[in-house]
Amino acid sequence: MSVINTKEVLLTPIFNNNPIALQILGICSALAVTTGMQTSLVMTLAVIFVTAFANLFVSVIRNHIPGSIRIIVQMTIIASLVILVDQFLKAYAFDTSKQLSVFVGLIITNCIVMGRAEAFAMKNPPMASFIDGIGNGLGYGLILLVVAFFRELLGAGKLFGVVILPTVNNGGWYNPNGLMLLAPSAFFLIGLFIWALRTWKSDQVETEEHKMAPHTIASEAH
Amino acid sequence: MASNDTIKKTLMVTVGLSLVCSVLVSSAAVFLKPTQDENKVLDVQKNILAISGLVKDPKALSRSEITAKFKEVTPRLVNVETGRFDTSGTDPVTYNQRNAAKDPATSVKLPSSEDQALIKRQAKLAKVYEVRKGDQLETLILPIHGYGLWSTLYGYMALDADLKTVVGFGFYEHAETPGLGGEVDNAKWKASWKGKEIYDANGKLDINVIKGSVNLSSPRAIHEIDGLSGATLTARGVDNLVKFWLSNNGFGPFLANLKKGDA
Repeated sequence: MSVINTKEVLLTPIFNNNPIALQILGICSALAVTTGMQTSLVMTLAVIFVTAFANLFVSVIRNHIPGSIRIIVQMTIIASLVILVDQFLKAYAFDTSKQLSVFVGLIITNCIVMGRAEAFAMKNPPMASFIDGIGNGLGYGLILLVVAFFRELLGAGKLFGVVILPTVNNGGWYNPNGLMLLAPSAFFLIGLFIWALRTWKSDQVETEEHKMAPHTIASEAH
Repeated sequence: MASNDTIKKTLMVTVGLSLVCSVLVSSAAVFLKPTQDENKVLDVQKNILAISGLVKDPKALSRSEITAKFKEVTPRLVNVETGRFDTSGTDPVTYNQRNAAKDPATSVKLPSSEDQALIKRQAKLAKVYEVRKGDQLETLILPIHGYGLWSTLYGYMALDADLKTVVGFGFYEHAETPGLGGEVDNAKWKASWKGKEIYDANGKLDINVIKGSVNLSSPRAIHEIDGLSGATLTARGVDNLVKFWLSNNGFGPFLANLKKGDA
């Protein structure tokens, strides 16, 4: 990467190099927090904050990080930022932090954050790294919000907690799809999203690693 | 940049980074702690107000309104074993039942045969809340908790002055599956507890979360609550924990004493 174009750094991770859809990072939290739009939105903001600042700080001191302990250094920065976010949420967004519970803390283990610190921030200047962090956070958030949109709408008949399809339980007509509220549904949705994305941007389709060998047994088994 | 890999530089970077990060993290923790604690207290108060029926929609109230309204509610400590109000002089306002349940000095270990709610340890003192009008008890709010499917559910059950009619029920903390077990937070389901009676005609404990819907025309309807569809285990957990806390291991003796006017 010789010339760094800010706009490109910011926008590429959203569709062209999406951390979830193409890099297949951060799937775990995408399964866990996407039962509702609100939790997803807060999670997105938290991840954008953490990736952006983790990238920034790692990049600022990148020329002084000894190679032997660079992962630990990155981890320390990331963990500190995550604790900050967690503390702030508990203080100022108590209800949401109750719903997100342990998952805020688990941003530490979100592969996107560390992946970007190691792959981008270690080699690029602070501003570009910061933007790259925001871009990847946005790419992650996009998937989260898309998945959460379908899960909350189909699973609970709501969006942001506002009733859209009144459910049978509450005297309405919509019989919610319980599967949507469980983690596996996020797998299906992410899969469908990747399918849609790769149909649109066919250069993301990977070449097949294996070719199915043709059936070679000539006679039937005895 | 080979010079970065000397032991001296490695140590310097490590120590420097650790110092900066620890100062950041600990100052955030210290400065935000009061707000966080206030949030927690407020959250419990909101739930108690909602469950006791004093406030319809606590979310619509401001902090100061909640604190003001909460003055109508008095915390009191109950010795679970004797079933009488505590006389040891522990301050009910600052007493934390959840912390007490973890401390061997202030709790008892439940044998697994009696541990219907799967809570392992039970605090010796329970923090109940009273709403009084003059001298007369109006509502009694009992803390209840127990294991559901994934998590321990913490909540309250409010009883009318007759000590057998439920006036409110709900959980303030749990981590059940949203939309399935999480439907314990469904306002309609919580409201279905209202008016249920916990004792049968002979004074025997009789309150059940059943599977499916309650047949409203049946005489048993007053002792039954709809199950949660898609959340059999959570509903069973709720059934168990309610039974446990109203049994002789829970508030059974206390409710009996209170009824006799001898608590």
